[in-house]
Amino acid sequence: MSRIDVRKTYKLYVGGKFPRSESGRTYPVYAAPARSGATPRLLANAAAASRKDAREAVVAARAAQPGWAGATAYNRGQVLYRVAEVMEGRREQFVADVRAAEGVSAARAEALVSAAIDRWVWYAGWSDKFTQVAGGVNPVAGPFFDVSVPEPVGVVAILAPQASSLLGLVSVLAPTIVTGNTAVVLTSATRPLPAVTLAECLATSDVPGGVVNILTGDPAEMAPWLASHRDVGGLDLTGAADAAGVDWGALEASAADTLTRVLRPGGTGAEAVEPDWLPEPGLGRMMRFVDVKTVWHPKGR
Amino acid sequence: MSRTDLAAQTSASARDLLGVSRLTNAALTRWLHALPGVDQVGCEARAGALSTRSVKADSKRAAIDLAISMIDLTTLEGADTHNRVRGLAAKALRPDPTDPSTPRTAAVCVYGDMVATAKEALQGSDVKVAAVATAFPSGRASLAVKLVDTQDAVAAGADEIDMVIDRGAFLSGRYLDVFHQVARVKEAAGPARLKVIMETGELATYDNVRRASWLCLLAGADFIKTSTGKISPAATLPVTLVMLEAVRDWRDLTGTMAGVKPAGGIRTSKDAIRYLVAVQETAGADWLDNHWFRFGASSLLGDLLLQRQRLRDGVYSSVTYIADDSPSTAY
Repeated sequence: MSRIDVRKTYKLYVGGKFPRSESGRTYPVYAAPARSGATPRLLANAAAASRKDAREAVVAARAAQPGWAGATAYNRGQVLYRVAEVMEGRREQFVADVRAAEGVSAARAEALVSAAIDRWVWYAGWSDKFTQVAGGVNPVAGPFFDVSVPEPVGVVAILAPQASSLLGLVSVLAPTIVTGNTAVVLTSATRPLPAVTLAECLATSDVPGGVVNILTGDPAEMAPWLASHRDVGGLDLTGAADAAGVDWGALEASAADTLTRVLRPGGTGAEAVEPDWLPEPGLGRMMRFVDVKTVWHPKGR
Repeated sequence: MSRTDLAAQTSASARDLLGVSRLTNAALTRWLHALPGVDQVGCEARAGALSTRSVKADSKRAAIDLAISMIDLTTLEGADTHNRVRGLAAKALRPDPTDPSTPRTAAVCVYGDMVATAKEALQGSDVKVAAVATAFPSGRASLAVKLVDTQDAVAAGADEIDMVIDRGAFLSGRYLDVFHQVARVKEAAGPARLKVIMETGELATYDNVRRASWLCLLAGADFIKTSTGKISPAATLPVTLVMLEAVRDWRDLTGTMAGVKPAGGIRTSKDAIRYLVAVQETAGADWLDNHWFRFGASSLLGDLLLQRQRLRDGVYSSVTYIADDSPSTAY
């Protein structure tokens, strides 16, 4: 007996809840075509977030930030590891999502999902080790203790990669939040569904609402408002590569007005290139969205 | 006119209005209970409909400035200090130091013992000092204590007195007691304008809010105010609608205008603008002035300034761009 399709219209993930876009808009998401010229297959509808959704997401992220940064590093690590557990439990869904979104083989999709979950675990492990590596006791020529510690910059707006819908997303999101930032993520415009599934994982794990906010839609519409937003402390432009209508140079310029930390997209010159996400990433992404605070403490006799 | 004459005169005009030869509790009860009942569903639907009005661009800019000029910047904490009150006064005088065109707030609202400090800090400006009195917030004290509390604040220089009614007396139907208390405090307040807090969160029904509003107006209130801010629910839009209808009808009946002050729970510009829409649509444009309408709030000012900066600069602003000398974030 044939079954009626369950048609899906996904929503945003803001402040730990799943609201519709304030604008009421949605847009169709298609599978990557198997060959050129083939009729695209409709996967689902995704919410098309607006400027005001981005504004609300920043409010939610700001509200969650002190609590998240104030949690012990050990606790943040446990919470993030739990996300990897939930992702592992949804492995099949992720594989299907990635396969449909990126048009890759089943084996390749399996490998990408495994890499994404491993990447999440890898970053979770850094939560209580990063401070030792990025900070420390400095040798100074004077009667002082001199200590440097990395502190989160606050709310970070992330343009997630356009092509790598899950591994790329995890590789930009996890390093941002592990150090105590909260994030507003603009997903890949044409491949948002793995991010929606990740939002469902985050909602059913222990991550406090507002720490990660996921907006599907057109990044060109929302990115300028986030770049100029005075309550946004960091801007990750990785997803500017191959994003229609996104001028990352202009975004960096408007972010400069408020000393927002900017992570430029890959590539050299004006041409933005999406990096290869499979190699081990190093500490660069974590380092970009922390400020190093140095304390001089007098040492008397 | 001596002081005792004022209360007597208030009673006399109340007798005239009610058409009775002696003001008794029974007469007051008859009059108040003859007021038409409030349609709860209709009132809430009306408030909901007014909340959907979209106010944009120049109108929004004007509404934000008007709302700032209507704020009674409030600190009513046990932990208040003189320096906190001075900080609050500085904020009332220059809400946004980066933009001198920002209007001043209407008043600062403090406990009676802080009036002299606030008065000194606001010297030479048109920002008023409002003092809460009469055993705020519970109102549980004898009339003698309430009168002395009021006189004390006025002597220290308070321009406005925020009194609380005895909700216990009101709810048990002792309307005459409430009437006399308000009339006597009004007399004790002398030149200061009297705001009467009804604590609508404790009155339970809209019918009670309407009756309390009329009772306070009859007893000589210059302002009727929703709440102390100490209990929840504080001000809501439907309750404020009922009160706005009361002052509108009171003016039609007597020719005397009275103000309305919602207090507590109004935190965002969006909320404030909804109230302004309700004022315009219910009482009329005459009330769109800080002499006749006030917001009792402390955190509201911060959000209004954020939205003001957003309209001025074209980018979303942050609380780190607002001077943080407000001592209280309780409401």
